[in-house]
Amino acid sequence: MHPPSSTARRVLNGLSKHRLAFQRRANSTAVEPPPAGGHLPGVATSQLLRPTRDAALRTPGIKWKDEDNSTLGGRETRKMNTYQAVRDAMAIALAKDDTAVVFGEDVAFGGVFRCTMGLAEEFGKERVFNTPLTEQGIAGFGIGMASMGHTAIAEIQFADYIFPAFDQLVNEAAKIRYRSGNSFNVGKLTVRTPTMAVGHGGLYHSQSPEGFFMAGSGLKIVIPRSPIQAKGLLLGAIRDPNPVIFMEPKILYRSAVEQVPIDDFELPLGKAEVLVPGEDLTLVTWGTPVYHCETALHVLRSPSEELESLIPASVRGAKVELIDLRSILPWDMETIVESVNRTGRLVIVHEAGAIGGVGSEIASEIQKRCFLKLNAPVRRVTGWDIPVGLTYEKFHIPDAIRVVDAIIETLTY
Amino acid sequence: MAHQPPFSVRSRTEEENGSLACVRLLRRLPLGARGVQTTADTTQLHQAPSDASEPFTLKLHEDSFQTYNCPKPDLEVQVTKSELLEMYQQMTTMRRMEMAADALYKAKMIRGFCHLAIGQEAVSVGMEHGIEKDDRVITGYRCHPFAVLRGGSIKGVIAELLGRKGGMSQGKGGSMHIFTPSFFGGNGIVGAQVPVGAGAAFAQQYKGEKNCTFAMYGDGASNQGQVFEAYNMAKLWNLPTIFVCENNKYGMGTPAERSSSNTAYFTRGDKIPGLQVNGMDIIAAKQAVAYARKWAVDDQNGPLVLEFVTYRYGGHSMSDPGTTYRTREEVQRMRSTQDPIRGLQRYLEEWGVATEQELKAIDKEAKATVDAAVAEAKESPEPPVEDLWKDVYFKGTEPQFLRGREREEGKRFY
Repeated sequence: MHPPSSTARRVLNGLSKHRLAFQRRANSTAVEPPPAGGHLPGVATSQLLRPTRDAALRTPGIKWKDEDNSTLGGRETRKMNTYQAVRDAMAIALAKDDTAVVFGEDVAFGGVFRCTMGLAEEFGKERVFNTPLTEQGIAGFGIGMASMGHTAIAEIQFADYIFPAFDQLVNEAAKIRYRSGNSFNVGKLTVRTPTMAVGHGGLYHSQSPEGFFMAGSGLKIVIPRSPIQAKGLLLGAIRDPNPVIFMEPKILYRSAVEQVPIDDFELPLGKAEVLVPGEDLTLVTWGTPVYHCETALHVLRSPSEELESLIPASVRGAKVELIDLRSILPWDMETIVESVNRTGRLVIVHEAGAIGGVGSEIASEIQKRCFLKLNAPVRRVTGWDIPVGLTYEKFHIPDAIRVVDAIIETLTY
Repeated sequence: MAHQPPFSVRSRTEEENGSLACVRLLRRLPLGARGVQTTADTTQLHQAPSDASEPFTLKLHEDSFQTYNCPKPDLEVQVTKSELLEMYQQMTTMRRMEMAADALYKAKMIRGFCHLAIGQEAVSVGMEHGIEKDDRVITGYRCHPFAVLRGGSIKGVIAELLGRKGGMSQGKGGSMHIFTPSFFGGNGIVGAQVPVGAGAAFAQQYKGEKNCTFAMYGDGASNQGQVFEAYNMAKLWNLPTIFVCENNKYGMGTPAERSSSNTAYFTRGDKIPGLQVNGMDIIAAKQAVAYARKWAVDDQNGPLVLEFVTYRYGGHSMSDPGTTYRTREEVQRMRSTQDPIRGLQRYLEEWGVATEQELKAIDKEAKATVDAAVAEAKESPEPPVEDLWKDVYFKGTEPQFLRGREREEGKRFY
């Protein structure tokens, strides 16, 4: 039987759309509600993603972790979005490490963002299992497992719910190695959690709590920006001999799609990545705002008609260096300092509030180390210091316009 | 009265722990040991009033309650005709409202998270009829009917869902954060509301108010540590707190047996006595709430754990189809055999309280009320941008400015 021609396919698609529309009219339960994880359409056309196999295999910092000695050209990649990449990383961890287990609320059926899709079927229900609704219990339980040498990959369903687990993570996980004089540790613990805003999450599905954990010395915090980064950093985090909190920007689960190498590879923790080299200003960010910053750079270079008048010609040619911090704790001071010493200007962008946020830590260190090289005060573009009101989310997040404004202000100081 | 319960309920032996009847499942159901039966229409008319203004005397099914260290509530209940009709009207209106929210969400006018209580109307309406105006209620995120019944309005709730200024939280809270003076929300973090309820009860006792607080949570939340912390404080200080577990058998996608080592939630209060109630029969629900209130307020016996065995037809929220962890047949069966509104409808028709036409008229009126409220809510404007900064701190005590961009967008208060 011949496959349908493209015309036929178009006709059939059109017909099925009509049928669906008819069903929609007759029965509203046939309509799919919008995805809870949100969608950021601009990400699809981002130049920062690696949509081809060649580009993917040349990701800087990739460390292949299998015994395959074939040349770079022999490795395969597959089109994946962020949740599929996260799933892939966990599958590799479960396959290679017999002691690895994945647990959390609702992970057995695949998880609310599908990050654990099919893992229970593939690796068994004893290794991928649900916990009751108890974040403090999940963290404590994971700490116990890790201290016995099990690789424990815990999931906190939304970063907003991590606060009951805060005591366990900061008072127990972070301090066990120190307080026992290195006779105990929970390096095998990794806590994954979806973070950041999606546009309609409201107060408790939009927070970025990385700032709260910065004071937990002993922990590491990692935030990826794309599928390849998510897979490599997650495998790096699982195998890092310290407890790691891995925060995945939930809006990127579906929006960011790349060709991801299917083999076992890691990306380094504690190292930032320079995405766009520049010389006039350093722009540091992580997670979802990476894409808002990219948009901001486009707007700066070639503003649309409405914005033309607001962007002085003198700054349009500015070369801004865009850096993705990736690891929030410990953060890559060396890369940022080196960059600011060259450019003399720094803008930090993050979704969490300004007061006590990660940006304040970075800003104070940079002003200390680069004081004489700075040509403008360090600028932070952040969410407001308020809870995330439901209707106000689009005003809350630091979007491209606010970033452009900060860049211009810093350049023209 | 021929609806068969989906499973037969029989005690294994007399010596068996009286609070847990053995359940023989006729069909494969992820239900586990269930104490009470959950049909919506097994209450019998004991005595019809001779006069229309006199109350009916009803007899609840003997399996409507299971107890743990407390006496069983009286199976004889008195209700007036007007009360029964009011219950029907309220349940129908609440269902219509939830269905309107469902449609608005699918039309993408409501964004974010929306947790609907379709199927659980008997709990909210039954509670409203068992308590006084000044009792306090606090619950989790499945809160829309409570918000309306405790002094709110349908338009206020719908406008809040739409994120408009006319919403009960001026559009800043959304589905999960709707409040009235006697209803403390509406809470997004699972289980966090339970200690808050205990604290409210403490205040009531301290001030000598003849009221109690109903701290509600679900079967999923019952495993949160803070729930047990609240139990301990309430029992230690003899607080008038009724801990209400709305057991709809699923914590989002996880059936109760897979999350809880002890699914008899009414027994988890340890030293706090408990009562398990058929949450699909509104008469039983009302009677249980009245009993609980008398226990805490009039008899001052301290806290009580009240478990309503109920069911939700929809998914956990609008993002959840509700069929990945349970069969469609199960949902259909609950809808057709144990629906609380249909159950009440049977009562009303069989006891001669109202005719089918009269009930249909109430249905129509409910639909009209909700449609009008939705239209009014849609008219309401979005809140102004200045409200972004409002109410973070007490007015007049804010920090000098809440940081934003240094110039215009930062908010200077003085």
